[in-house]
Amino acid sequence: MSVLVDQFSVFVNGFWLTLQLCVLSAIGALLIGGIAAVMRIAPAPPLRGLGTAYVTIFRNVPLTVVFFFTVFGLPALGTTADFLRIPILDLAFPRLAIDLPFFRFAIIALSLYTGAFVCEALRSGVNAVSPGQAEAGRAIGLGFRQNLWHVVLPQAWQASVVPLGSVIIAMIKNSALAGFFGLTGDLSQSGAELVTVRGFPVVPVFIGIAVGFLVMTMPLGLLLDRIESRGAMTR
Amino acid sequence: MRLKNCVPLAAIAVLAMGVAACGEDSESSEPRDKPSFAAGTTMERLSNAQKIVVGTKFDQPLFGLKGLDGKPAGFDVEIAKIIAAELGIPADKIEYKETPSQVREQVVEQGTVDIVVATYTINDKRKERIAFAGPYYVAGQQIMVRADDSSITGPDSFKAGDKKVCSVSGSTPAANIKSYLQDEAAQLVLFDTYQKCVDALKAETVDAVTTDNVILSGFISKSDGAYKLIGTKFTEEPYGIGVKKDDAEFRAFINDVLESIATDGRYEEAWKTTVGKVDPEVPSAPAVDRY
Amino acid sequence: MTVLYDAPGPRARRRTVVISAIAAVLVVAGGYRLVYQPLADQGQFSAELWGPLLNPGNEQFSLVWRRILEGFQATLIAAGYAIVASLVAGTALAVLRVQLRSLVLRRFTAVGGPVALLIRGLVLLLMWLTRFCVEVFRGIPVVITIFFVWVALPEFGITFETSRWYLVIGLSIYNAVVIGEVLRSGMEGLPGGQREAAHAVGLTPFQTTRLILLPQAFRIMLPALISQLVVVLKDTSLGFIISYEEALRVGSQVVQVLENPIQVYTVIGAVYILVNYGLSKLAQYIQRRQSR
Repeated sequence: MSVLVDQFSVFVNGFWLTLQLCVLSAIGALLIGGIAAVMRIAPAPPLRGLGTAYVTIFRNVPLTVVFFFTVFGLPALGTTADFLRIPILDLAFPRLAIDLPFFRFAIIALSLYTGAFVCEALRSGVNAVSPGQAEAGRAIGLGFRQNLWHVVLPQAWQASVVPLGSVIIAMIKNSALAGFFGLTGDLSQSGAELVTVRGFPVVPVFIGIAVGFLVMTMPLGLLLDRIESRGAMTR
Repeated sequence: MRLKNCVPLAAIAVLAMGVAACGEDSESSEPRDKPSFAAGTTMERLSNAQKIVVGTKFDQPLFGLKGLDGKPAGFDVEIAKIIAAELGIPADKIEYKETPSQVREQVVEQGTVDIVVATYTINDKRKERIAFAGPYYVAGQQIMVRADDSSITGPDSFKAGDKKVCSVSGSTPAANIKSYLQDEAAQLVLFDTYQKCVDALKAETVDAVTTDNVILSGFISKSDGAYKLIGTKFTEEPYGIGVKKDDAEFRAFINDVLESIATDGRYEEAWKTTVGKVDPEVPSAPAVDRY
Repeated sequence: MTVLYDAPGPRARRRTVVISAIAAVLVVAGGYRLVYQPLADQGQFSAELWGPLLNPGNEQFSLVWRRILEGFQATLIAAGYAIVASLVAGTALAVLRVQLRSLVLRRFTAVGGPVALLIRGLVLLLMWLTRFCVEVFRGIPVVITIFFVWVALPEFGITFETSRWYLVIGLSIYNAVVIGEVLRSGMEGLPGGQREAAHAVGLTPFQTTRLILLPQAFRIMLPALISQLVVVLKDTSLGFIISYEEALRVGSQVVQVLENPIQVYTVIGAVYILVNYGLSKLAQYIQRRQSR
């Protein structure tokens, strides 16, 4: 157990980096998923097609493959994701600005993959809004955008909070894969290294990593449970 | 597919395919006729069973790399074939098990494999758990860069903190290079195979790849001059053959085999059919260490 | 949801067509400029790189595909074992948790004071223990579980011939917990009348679960269970971390010989999409049939 004390800083630093990765990827995934969801209910067929294709591909492909294509495909396209070196943001997230692009690649891979699930969660929320609501909106003369913004989305939001939460929890767990695709110093990579290279006993290291992830996922899970049961009560 | 096909094939994938496709029935792996061993030894057991389980790498170019035909090939594999032949076991009775760096000690201790020949650096920490025969080869860590890059001259070039280097997670070279880095987070990338490191080098997401020189030579020979080695070896990595810790007889037997092949030409042949394709200069076999 | 906008009139239709055309042109042009051209410049579309994968006349074609199919076979085998194991374990877990919950409410008045107290304490402890395990294994990444199963089990003297079983165990631990929760919430979501009726005809609590609740929960949750199968199938690709030779790892071995990573992974990704898309369609079909 002494490894947990001696190497405490390794776990804390790993936790911190994984947390940063998760926060940024969650923002990215919500953005991409939101846009995709709007596209999927938009009037223009090519947009719908594009949205559907995106969701179909990314929901059915293993995250490992997505990671592979970002880590080795993007450089082949001639980019190291420098557009993510956002000036003020990189003060809070210093990894964004370093030369090695694997933190940025991990954000892109996680955002793209999770975005598809966010889109589905939002869409299920939209579907949960009874059609009468939208019809009533239209009856009082609201257009597509007004109807979406003032009538459907606020209600859809409520219905999609719980599925969205589960998607984000899944994303936090998926972030562990980044350590196997070039990111160094996150919770999973540094934990694996403690065991395989530096020869620390397995069980305490596992506990350390597990606690690190549970600190992120469990409060979210409990919160969701509460929202869910509260929602069930009011319904 | 016999020799006729071997020429174009070898041209495309010299290293991996060549050995498996053409080198199968080379002289060196002709099994000895009914060798006899003292009762109760590992040699007797393996020889009678006519079967040996060899742990090797499946992803190490030139030493142990699984080819398109699904069979591992390389210098380690040839050495294993010679040892098997000395036990009277033909090459096709060898069962290969993939042993990535993380599990090598463990599989030897548990007896899942009989020997481990897997670019296995002999060191004292590992000797606490298992025993090593050999060394049969001494590699050294070196650095590979893109051919047009003259800014890196040796491991010290990383001390400035702006050059990025790639290696394989859990490997000795990865641990060695760390002492030359200023900022690990900004300079070090780890993947599970060297191929991925080379891909990253090609894509210019990293500036250098570091590991044992022969492995790098393999990539250089395949690359049409896109990469080059720089500086000299800055470590010594004696490759040994892992056996059970208390099995002194088996270890002595393998050491005898290694000593005899060093002079009778089989070592040279094993080298020429594998690593020799990128490094024609046959090294003199190192003296075995009967600690 | 088409109620969001009116059936388009002539003007709106024209506008839609124009917007669609612009969008289509943008997508195609963007794809050409940002994806096709850089790749073509590097010769990523050359026959030399694609040939072994797509051209049956290529001499490596059959070798490569034999390896890839072996890989997918390994993927399916591991996924199959993991699915069966997690269904069995998940069902057991769900039944256990539902049973414990109903036991907690009982007072065990028949056995008298201290013994009843002991039993109730035990039940409560067991309930919290299962809850704890569920929360822990649901909350940590399955990659981590697999990796640590692989390094930890041998330390406790549990070893297997191939890394397949470590992968199967790691996947099963995680998915059993998830499936267990799906089934539990399915059982608890059933109308209370079901349980009461079962009680009224004299079924024991265990019989109630086995004969009344579980079958219905399975039926209701079938779509969710099938989408979990897709998750298992996708997660077998994590086997590469513990060097299990499934599709992706075989792919990376092929790449070491042919040096065409983008092409090999595109093909493997495409096969994954086909299989999983088929499975999700199946889930949708079942859901539709049920809701009729």
